[in-house]
Formats: sequence, C-alpha cells, structure tokens
Amino acid sequence: MEDNLIIKTHNLTKRFPMGKSEFTALKGIDISLGTGEFAGLIGPSGSGKTTLLNIVGSLDTPTEGEVIVLDQSIGNLTAKGAAKLRKEKIGFIFQSYNLLAVYTVFENVEFPLLLLKYSANERKKMVMDALEWVGLLDKIKQKPPQLSGGECQRVAIARAMVKNPDLVVADEPTANLDAANSHNVLQTMAKLNEEMKTTFLFATHDEKVIGYLKRKIYLKDGKVDKDETL
Amino acid sequence: MKLAIKLAFKNLIGAGLRTWLNVIVLSFSFVFIIAARGILVGWDRQAKNDMTDWEIGEGQYWNVNYDPYDAFTLNDAHGPIPDEFQAEIDEGTMVPVLITQGTLFNEGRMQSILIKGINPEQTLLELPTHKLDTLVDAIPAIIGSNMAGTNKLQLGDYVTIRWRDKNGTFDATDICITDIFTTNVPTVDAAQVWIPLKNLQSMTLMSGEATILTFGDKEKVREETENWKLMTLKALVSDIEEMIKTKSVGQAIFYIILLVLALLAIFDTQVLSIFRRQKEIGTYVALGYTRNQVVGLFTIEGAMHAIFAAFVGAIYGIPLLAWLASKGITLGVSSADFGIAIADTMYPAYSGALVIGTTLIVLLATTIVSYWPSRKIARMNPTEALRGKLQ
Repeated sequence: MEDNLIIKTHNLTKRFPMGKSEFTALKGIDISLGTGEFAGLIGPSGSGKTTLLNIVGSLDTPTEGEVIVLDQSIGNLTAKGAAKLRKEKIGFIFQSYNLLAVYTVFENVEFPLLLLKYSANERKKMVMDALEWVGLLDKIKQKPPQLSGGECQRVAIARAMVKNPDLVVADEPTANLDAANSHNVLQTMAKLNEEMKTTFLFATHDEKVIGYLKRKIYLKDGKVDKDETL
Repeated sequence: MKLAIKLAFKNLIGAGLRTWLNVIVLSFSFVFIIAARGILVGWDRQAKNDMTDWEIGEGQYWNVNYDPYDAFTLNDAHGPIPDEFQAEIDEGTMVPVLITQGTLFNEGRMQSILIKGINPEQTLLELPTHKLDTLVDAIPAIIGSNMAGTNKLQLGDYVTIRWRDKNGTFDATDICITDIFTTNVPTVDAAQVWIPLKNLQSMTLMSGEATILTFGDKEKVREETENWKLMTLKALVSDIEEMIKTKSVGQAIFYIILLVLALLAIFDTQVLSIFRRQKEIGTYVALGYTRNQVVGLFTIEGAMHAIFAAFVGAIYGIPLLAWLASKGITLGVSSADFGIAIADTMYPAYSGALVIGTTLIVLLATTIVSYWPSRKIARMNPTEALRGKLQ
C-alpha cells in the first residue's frame, strides 16, 4: 500500500439527478487517510459526509475524479470487485445498527466470517474474541430486539471488527444512543483503533464523537472546509 | 449457494407465522395434486385390470370386418377359427367369442342387443360362464346387472330373443337367465346377452366361427393369420387412456387454481419482503454480497417455501393419502354412466414418479414466482436501501 495510505481521493465529485437537473453533493474532494487513523467527516446535514462515506465504502461510485481505497480504484470496480472489497477489507457501522433481526448476537457477528468461508472452529474463536472486545459475551444467544440500543451498536462494532478489516466506516454511530452509551461505544472503537491499528472513518455531527477524533475533516456544501489533525 | 440456503432457512424460520401460513396453503396444493392425480392413476389401473379380467385378456384377434363402433359390420364380422389357434383354445388360454345383433322381447318391451356366444368352460375371463352350463328348458344366458336393471330381468326369467342367421333369415327362441353378474366393465354388460358359443354358432349357421379371439398369453409368438387382425393390449385400452387424459385436463384446472392461489400468497410475501426488508438488503450488500447474490438469496427463500410445504404436506398428507388408498373413494356413479370401466369405489394409486414430479413442478413454479419480484433488488441503490428508503 502506497505510504500506508488507506484512502486517497482526488477531485472527487458526486452528482445526483434531481428531477430534470442535478444536485452536486461532493465538489472536488481531495483527502488522504493513512493506516490507523481515527478520523471523522464532520458537517451539517447535506454537507456530503454520508455520500463520501458511501463512496469510500464502495457502496457508491464517484461521478468524476478518482477514489483509491486500499489500492483499488472505486470508480473502476465491478459489482463483484466492490463486493469483494467490502467483504474482505471494510467494516460498516450504521446509525440504526442494521443488525439482522432473526439472527442471534453470535450469528450476526459470525455473518461476515461465513461470507469469508472460515471454518466453524475459526469462526467461533473469532466471534468470541470480537464479543469479548465489546463486552457482550453474556448476550451471545439473544436476538437484536432483546438488546438495548447501546448493546446493538456494540454488536454492530463486533460485526464490523470480527474479520479484522483494514478500514471501518461508521455513519453517525451514536445518533440513536444516549450519552452514556455513546461514550461506551466510542471508547470501544477508540480502544480497537489503538490496539489493532484499524483505520476508522466516521461521518458525524455529534459533539461526543468529535471529541474522540484524532483527525477532523470538516465538510461544507460538498467541499472540504477544514482538515485538522490533533 | 450452501450459505444462501442456510441464510434463507434461518430467515424463513425467523419470519414465523407468515412463513407457516404460506407453507400450509402451498402444502394443500401438494396434497391435493397428488391425491387427485392418484385417483386418476388408480382409476386407470383399476379400469385396465377390470378390462383385462373381464373382456380383453392380454390381447385379442379381431375378424378383419369387426368394428365395435358399427353394429352393421357384425353381419360380416365372423370367420372360421384358424387351426393354428386350436391348441390354445383347447388349453383354455384363448377364448373365441361370436357376436351377432339381436332383439330381446320382455313384457312388451323390445330392446336391441348384442348376442355373444362364449364357451361355458372358459376360465380366462371373469365372466361367470360356468352358469351357462345350467340345465334349463331354454338356452341358458347370463347378463350383467346393468342389462338386468334396464330390462327389469331377474334370475330365472325367460325371455325371447330374435336374431338373423348368416343367410339373413330371422329366427327367435327363448333364453333363461341363469346368472346376473356385476362388473365395472360396461362393454360386457350394457345391452348384451351371453349364451353358449355352440348354441349361437348353431343359431346363426356359423359353426366353428367367431368374431373375436381373446388370448391370455401375450408373450406367445403367433403367425400372422389371414382375416384376423391382432389387437394389442395397448390398442384395446386406448379408449380408457383417452378418457383419463380428458379427465386429467379438467382436473388440472382445479389444481392449477389452487396452486395459483398458493403461489400468489408467496408472490405477495416476496413483494412485501422486498419493501419491508430494504435495510436488510442494504446490509447484505454492505457486508459483501452483490445485489445479484441478494436476488439469489430471496429467490431461494421463496423457493424454500415449497420444500417446507413438501415436508408439512407429508406430515398430514401421507396418513391421509394412505387412508384414502386403503379405504378408496366411492364416487356414487356407475360405469354405465361413463360408458367405460369405472369401479364403484376407486382406490387411488400413488407412484414415486407422481410424488417427485409434483414436488418438482411446485418447486419450479414457486422458484419462478419468488424470482420475479426479487429481480427488483438488482436495480436497488444499496445506499438508499441501507437507510430503508422505499425504492
């Protein structure tokens, strides 16, 4: 990986059709993120942070410009290639957790490993480790509807981290949580970043999250307004 | 694929009541189709067995002029029994039957009949021809229960029959009903009177002649015989096969309606799933599935309803169908109404091919209706799906 770069964007522009005209969500974004960063895209609603996060997470493609994530050009990836990148190297954490409701905690965390075809023994060990990181070993048989919001988000973190990805993208991970749970979840992620050197990229406008970030990329009207590293 | 099956199974089980309602409705289709097809297969088998036992043996030779659908051919439809068949006749493995037109007079009624002559000692056919050996002061005759009912004839009755001999001369005599048999084969019963072959040969001046030769050994190789055409078992049961084919089409309409109703429920569930489970679809994509793989997962989920339905259907269907097969189904119609062999009580017959074929048809149909709405997923924007935004 070039100079330990995880993400590099150049003149990234994203436009969405809006009736007969187009809406430009991102206007020539140039950013780079290295291994082990704990960074956040900060800005109000409509500033383009989720759009940028989706493109970095290979769920969307740029309209113009170049986006290199883990040495792969997002704009040139096939659907299969993008799926492979997400499956092997990127973990996702969502605002509303997006856990699979009919699966237990164990099965939710196990899911990415099933896609990666790990053996049953390996899966068991990796899932238990991940659940230990987030402190949910006592909840393995419960299903998401039986858990609190904070617990659900910790399951989502375990699911994102279980395959030891190079990059975790988290979209407003504390938006549905109270202050205590938010801090708990953020501490968990900060600890994992510290111990495993996993790169985290957040999209947030939550002050609690911002307080934990080591790098803050402020977006305004689809452009980088400020880029601060602590 | 293995993973998709595992996930689909979990998702279906997790969906709870919605899954089981669809499965139960679909299982009705399974059981009904197998039961209905089983009745036709059973009818086919019973009818063929009855016809073999009562009328056609393992095949027949017909006089070249004989046409069972044209009574006028009977005047010429007779000929000397070929010498090469005599050994089989003596052994009892071939039965000659002479047929002529006649009229039966009973209490002022006049009924056109077929007079059939048969050897009283034959045992190849189920007809109780030994009753033709009864000593009475008229020609002994046996008739079927349908014939007896239609003409109000009873055991021991004397009636007059009239016929024409081979020169066209009318003659008449009395017969005595020495037995009334019950059969499911209307073609040996309706408007027919069976008398001893020798009597009929003598009455029609057709000594040593017959119209039909029924044999019991289909493997035996026989030389081609002039004026006699071989009618194989397959040719002789073709009428019943045609009739059952017609009935199958009519019956298919019922089970297609039932199947369509069940499939509609699955289609509806799939459409609803795709709307309700957008976030889940987005999550699968985020975790590393391609959209086409998610289409596959949803299709397998839908198709799996059919597999569940097969199991649920088996739970109540096997005992129910086994009970039907042992007790039979009484339809309340007589073979005379149908014009072909049909038993009072029909015993359904189920074959492995029937069960496997039905399962495959239902599975295929379910897969198609599951795939149809699932294709929408392939056009979904995963980022919108992740937010649960309706697309």
